[in-house]
Amino acid sequence: MCGVVGLLIRDSALESQLGSLLVPMIDALDERGPDSSGLALYADHGAAGEPGEAEHLRISLGSDAVMNWAFVHDGLVAACGGVFTWSPFGAGVVASLPVALAQEFLHALPAISPDIRVLATGQHVSVLKDTGRPIDTCQRYGVELWQGYMAVAHTRMATESAVTVLHSHPFVPTADLCVVHNGSFSNYATVRRALMTQGITFDSDNDSEVAARFLARRLSLGDDLEEATRWVMKEMDGFFTLVITTAKEMSVVRDAFACKPAVVAETAAYVAVASEYRALAELPDIGSARVFEPQPEEVYTWSR
Amino acid sequence: MEPLNCDELGTRGVNQQLRALLPGESARVVQPRGRHNLAVGLTAPTTITIDGNAGYFVGGLGGSKDGSGPDIEVNGFVGWSVGENLMGGSIRVHGSASQSAGSSARGGRIIVEGDASLRAGISLKGGTLAIAGDAGAMSGFMAQSGVVLIGGNAGHGLGDSLYEAVIYVAGAIASLGADAVVQELTDDDLLVVKQLVHDCGFDHIDPSQVTKVASARQLYHFSTHNHGAY
Repeated sequence: MCGVVGLLIRDSALESQLGSLLVPMIDALDERGPDSSGLALYADHGAAGEPGEAEHLRISLGSDAVMNWAFVHDGLVAACGGVFTWSPFGAGVVASLPVALAQEFLHALPAISPDIRVLATGQHVSVLKDTGRPIDTCQRYGVELWQGYMAVAHTRMATESAVTVLHSHPFVPTADLCVVHNGSFSNYATVRRALMTQGITFDSDNDSEVAARFLARRLSLGDDLEEATRWVMKEMDGFFTLVITTAKEMSVVRDAFACKPAVVAETAAYVAVASEYRALAELPDIGSARVFEPQPEEVYTWSR
Repeated sequence: MEPLNCDELGTRGVNQQLRALLPGESARVVQPRGRHNLAVGLTAPTTITIDGNAGYFVGGLGGSKDGSGPDIEVNGFVGWSVGENLMGGSIRVHGSASQSAGSSARGGRIIVEGDASLRAGISLKGGTLAIAGDAGAMSGFMAQSGVVLIGGNAGHGLGDSLYEAVIYVAGAIASLGADAVVQELTDDDLLVVKQLVHDCGFDHIDPSQVTKVASARQLYHFSTHNHGAY
């Protein structure tokens, strides 16, 4: 088991409540994934005083090792100057920097510490991951205060690989593309080998990471999100409910046998998807929401 | 009796109070909010109303082998496996049911007034599952005994690997599963469907027009043609 959550806000008045709507959803799926959890926050970062979003990239950093982030910060300043902002996010950090500086910044990381991993990049997305009960993670890092237009979360009960920060979902293989998965893939080692021959690198031996990177690969070849998702269904064997988000879209898809659950609630104010209805039960106006289960092998996509 | 509030009592607290009901007594459960395992394992003939949406396994493992048991009504929709392993009594859902409705039910009756999702009636072992609306793919999978009535359309792979359960469909069948065949409706079938339609209040079903699906019995009997494979 695992729990997946996706929440796309349509009524911008609700954006200030994103975190407080999200935390009960995650907590309701604690039983499905008490090992570890991960969350992605999508927000606009063009507000007054902040760097314009078009030229800036946000880089979420994390590690399985105990990391001295101040040391990492100083190392990065030495390597590429101080033209980036640096904010604690979860157990890691989110740096925001001009796109032009991104390559230099990323290349500097391994020399500072080989244990640092990039959890996410994007203009909108920030990612945090941690082991332990999901509600503890939410409380420790003040998730209830999150503001933004979309969030994705995953509560993990590991079956295919170890319980560590880096094995936790979501996986963000390319800018602002985020994947969470309930289920298991069986041919992921084969697919991973094929991707590695194409020069794609992996941060973990997690089966879901393979699906995420396969999806990113298809998108890079020119597929749209739905086509890329269909390629996942075609090439990857296993059971899955996948929630896939981009800067502007949220998709959900289930395997041919619908082995893993999913429920969607749709209102004029939001679209929410979760593994179980009880995660949706506290959402505003849930009584008048259109609540339905996604059909197997059908790709459902909602836009901002 | 005061309504049993799930928010205050929790699942176990609610179920303990339901279990303490004497035959003939009734109870109302409120604020279920999709909670799993409500009203499970109850044997006494009581009347239970759940006001709201229930989660997985509602009413499961209920009733006795003589077919008696609680009559449970859900004013909302239900999650996976409503009435799983039911022995007796009844469960009526005034909404739709998620996957595996009535799975492995040995007796009793599960009535779904909306649609049922995939694998409705999977491994049915003698119970009755009546669905007013549509049933999802792979419904009736490996059902051994009992009756499934589908008032709407049936999804792909209906009755795959059926044993001796019988499925009646009022609407269209997307496709039959392996070893499932359409058979002619007999007078006995008509009696069963008529009674069930009447009991459930499914006025939209014309019993004489349902399609009967049963096992071709090619799959579960050993065939000497296959001797070499063993």
